Amino acid sequence: MTKGQAISLQKNDGGSLTAVRMGLGWQAAPRRGLFGSRTREIDLDASAVLFADKQPVDVVFFRHLVSDDGSVRHTGDNLVGGVGQGGDDEAILVDLARVPVHIDQIVFTVNSFTGQTFQEVQNAFCRLVDETNGQELARYTLAGGGAYTAQIMAKVHRSGAGWTMTAIGTPANGRTFQDLMPTILPVL
Amino acid sequence: MTAELVRGQNHPLSQARLEIRVSAGTPVVASATLGDENGKARSTEWVAHPGAPTLPGLEVSRQAAADHRLAVDLDAVPETVHRVSVLLALPTADGAGPARFGAVAAPFVAVTGLDGTEVATYTITGLDAESAVVALELYRRQGAWKVRAVGQGYAGGLAELLTDQGLPEAHHLAGHIDEAVARSLARSVPAPPQRTADGDRTRQAAGPHASPYGPQGTPAPGAAQPTVPQGLTPPDSPALTQPSAPSASGPIDYSHPGRRPAAPPPPVPTAPPAAPGQPTQPVAGDATGWSMDERLYNQIWGMFEDLARTTAAYRSAVDFADSRMEKELDQALSDPRHRIGGQGDAAREAAQAKHAHLVDQARAALDRDLAQLAAEADVVEPALPPAYARWDNPVWHGYRVPMEIPMAVRVGDLHLPESGLLRIPMLVRLPLERGLWIDSGRSELFDDSFADATGLGNLAMETAVALAARLLAIHPAGEFTVHIVDPAGSGAPALAPLVRTGVLAAPPAQGAAGVADVLGRLTERVDLVQMAVRGGAPDSLPPGFDTAQQLLIVNDFPHGFDDRAVNQLRYLADEGPAVGVHLMMVADREEASAYGPLLDPLWRSLLRLTPVPDDHLADPWVGHAWTYEPALVPPGSQVLQQVLTLVAAARTKYT
Repeated sequence: MTKGQAISLQKNDGGSLTAVRMGLGWQAAPRRGLFGSRTREIDLDASAVLFADKQPVDVVFFRHLVSDDGSVRHTGDNLVGGVGQGGDDEAILVDLARVPVHIDQIVFTVNSFTGQTFQEVQNAFCRLVDETNGQELARYTLAGGGAYTAQIMAKVHRSGAGWTMTAIGTPANGRTFQDLMPTILPVL
Repeated sequence: MTAELVRGQNHPLSQARLEIRVSAGTPVVASATLGDENGKARSTEWVAHPGAPTLPGLEVSRQAAADHRLAVDLDAVPETVHRVSVLLALPTADGAGPARFGAVAAPFVAVTGLDGTEVATYTITGLDAESAVVALELYRRQGAWKVRAVGQGYAGGLAELLTDQGLPEAHHLAGHIDEAVARSLARSVPAPPQRTADGDRTRQAAGPHASPYGPQGTPAPGAAQPTVPQGLTPPDSPALTQPSAPSASGPIDYSHPGRRPAAPPPPVPTAPPAAPGQPTQPVAGDATGWSMDERLYNQIWGMFEDLARTTAAYRSAVDFADSRMEKELDQALSDPRHRIGGQGDAAREAAQAKHAHLVDQARAALDRDLAQLAAEADVVEPALPPAYARWDNPVWHGYRVPMEIPMAVRVGDLHLPESGLLRIPMLVRLPLERGLWIDSGRSELFDDSFADATGLGNLAMETAVALAARLLAIHPAGEFTVHIVDPAGSGAPALAPLVRTGVLAAPPAQGAAGVADVLGRLTERVDLVQMAVRGGAPDSLPPGFDTAQQLLIVNDFPHGFDDRAVNQLRYLADEGPAVGVHLMMVADREEASAYGPLLDPLWRSLLRLTPVPDDHLADPWVGHAWTYEPALVPPGSQVLQQVLTLVAAARTKYT
C-alpha cells in the first residue's frame, strides 16, 4: 500500500469488514560503544482518534484504553518494545459494527513517547490487520523513516454502508497524539 | 492549537464554555473553588465538590473517578468571582487507595472546548507526599479569562488546601467531601472480574474460541486467576488490560510443554456459525470460565458491559446531534442573508433533518444491539442456576440443596431508561465483601403510593427476607446461618416464612436484651475467629464451633440499640466480612440521624439496595445511573415456602 492509496474494507465475498486491528511493533536500538549491552529503551505509542464531522470526540490511547462506547480498545501500553519477532507490541482493536453512528472517521497515529526519532528504532513497523482472518491489509516500515517522532498512519472512514481505509503516512513530530492535531486535521 | 503548559505558565482562554478533563491513573476527587478579587473563597458555598456538585457556571462529578469532565461556563460565573481553582484529591475514606500522589501516575489535565478541541494541557509532575493539589486556576485579567497551571500540592490533604484558600470551615468541609465521595462509592456496583485481553464477545462467538490457554499451552494473561475477586479497580487502568503479544519480560513458564493441567475445563458450548450478515445465535454459557457457574457469571458481566457501552454510544451520538443542530441553528440565525426570504427557514429545516437522521441512525444501532442482548438474555435466563435465577424461574421448582457454594448471588435486576424490557441480573460475589443496606427510607423518587412509611418498611423487609432465603438456599446445608434482630417485632409478618419453616438458628431477637445478646455472640465469634486466624491456628477453635457463614438481619435500626450496641454493629460491619459474618440492615437513614456522623462510616460501608425501583447504582465503565429492581418472589407464589422447607429438612439431617 502506498501513501494516499485507499482500499475499501468490503470483502470480496460481499461481506464487509467487522473488525480491524492496528498493530505496532518495534525493537530498541542497540547502542554502539563500551557498554554495548545497554540498549536504550524506546517507547512508541499507538493512538486512535475518533472524529465526528471533523471534530475529535473520543481518543483511545494509553491513558484511555477503551472508548466510552467500547468499540475501540487498546491492548495496553508497552514501554520498551518487543523482541522484534514480527508480533505486535501494542494494538488497537476496532469493532467497526459497533462504532457509534456519528463517528465517521478514525485516525491511527504512532508517537515516540521517549523522543527518539524513527531513525533510531529497529524493526519498527505498523500494520492494519483484518481481525476476523488475520490478513494484513497494510504495512509500513517506520524504521529508518527519517528524523520524525510521529506518524499519522491511516484513517478508516465511512463510505456508503461500509468503511474504507486510506493510507496516510504523513510524518510529524510530537510526544502524544495531542501534538499531532494540527497535522491530522488537514487529512480528514 | 494546544498549549502544553508547565508549572506557573498561563494561557488566554477565548471561549467561555469549557470543559476541564482530568485523567489520573487512579480514582481522584475533583472539586473547584471560587475566589474573590483577593483569591479567597468566602464561604463553603464557594466550593463545588461531590457533596454539592453544582455552582453557577460550574459542575463537578459526584464521585471519585480516574477520568473527570468538569463543565465550566465562565459567562455564568458571578461578577464577584475572580478566580476558579480546580482541585484534585485522593479519596481518603476507604483507606484502600494510594494515600499520596507520589505513588500514582502524574495526573493530566486538559482545558478543552465543548467540541473537544484542546486549548491547554498540563501534566502535574513532581508530586510526592501530597494528597491534594490545586491543578489549574482560571482567572480574570483585565476583563478576559486566562488559565494558569498551578500544581501546588498539599501533604495535609484537602483540609490544608481549603484552609489555604481562606476558608474558615476548611476541616469541616473536607470531612464533608470525604463523606460525599464515600457515599457515592457505596452506590457503585463493584467492578466485574477481569476480562481477558480478547474479551470481545461478539468476535469470540464468531471466530475460534478463546481458550484459557495461550498458543503454547500456558495460561493466557488475564485468564490465569479466574476466581480472584476484583476490587474497585477502574476499568480503564492499564493493569486490567494486558498486551496480547508475547513479550520477553513475561513470566517464565514452568509447566511441562506436553502436559495439560489435571482437569481441563469442560468444553465451552459453541455457537453454531451464523449466516453471513446475520448476528450469531446466542448461547448460554458462551464466555470463558472453568465451570458453567463461572461462564454464566462472566457472560452476565459481559452483557452488563455491552449494554453500558452501547447505551454510551447512543447517548454520545444523540448529544453530538443536539450540539451540531444547535450550532447550525445559531449560524442560520446570525447570517444576515437569511433574515429575508425563506432561506433561514430552509437552513433551519435542513439542520433539523440532519439531526433527525443521525438520531434515527443511532436509535437503529441501539435497537440492533438491544435486540441481540435481549436474544442473549432469553437463552441465558432459563439456563441460570438458582443463585442467579429470578424467583419465577422454573429452576426453583426443581430445587435441590446444593453441595457447593456458588460464585455469586443475584440481588436484583438492573436496567437503563433506553433498555426497554431488557433486564441485566445484578450479581454480587460470594462471600459478600460488603454488607447490604435495604433502604426503608422514603426518597423523593418514590411516588405517593409509598407515602405510607410502614408499607415501604414492610416491602423493605420482604426484600430482605427474599434475599436471605436465597442465600440460605444456595449454600450447602449448614454452611449458612441467619440471625435476626427485630427489636419491636414489626417485621414479624414478613419474617413468617423464615420462622415457620425453621431455617433460622433461633427465633428473631426482640427488645434491647435480645439485641445485646445476638450482637454479643456475633462479636465474640468475630473476635475468636480473628484471633485464631491471626495466631495462625485456625484449627484451635473450640469444639462444636459453628463454622458456617453468618448473616445478621437488623430490622428497624436504630430502635432498641444503645451506644454499646451501635458500636458492636459498626465493629461487625468492619471486621465481620473477612471472617464470615455479614450484615443486612433494613433501615431508614433519617431515623438513625440522631446518632450524627458517628454512623456515617457504617452507611458508606454497605451496598445500598432499595425495595422499589430506584436509579442509584453506577456501572464501573461509563458511570450511567442504573435503575435497580429488587429480586422479589412473585405475589401468590409458594416457591419460597417450598424451597425453605427443603433447606430446613436438609439442616436437620445434617446436624
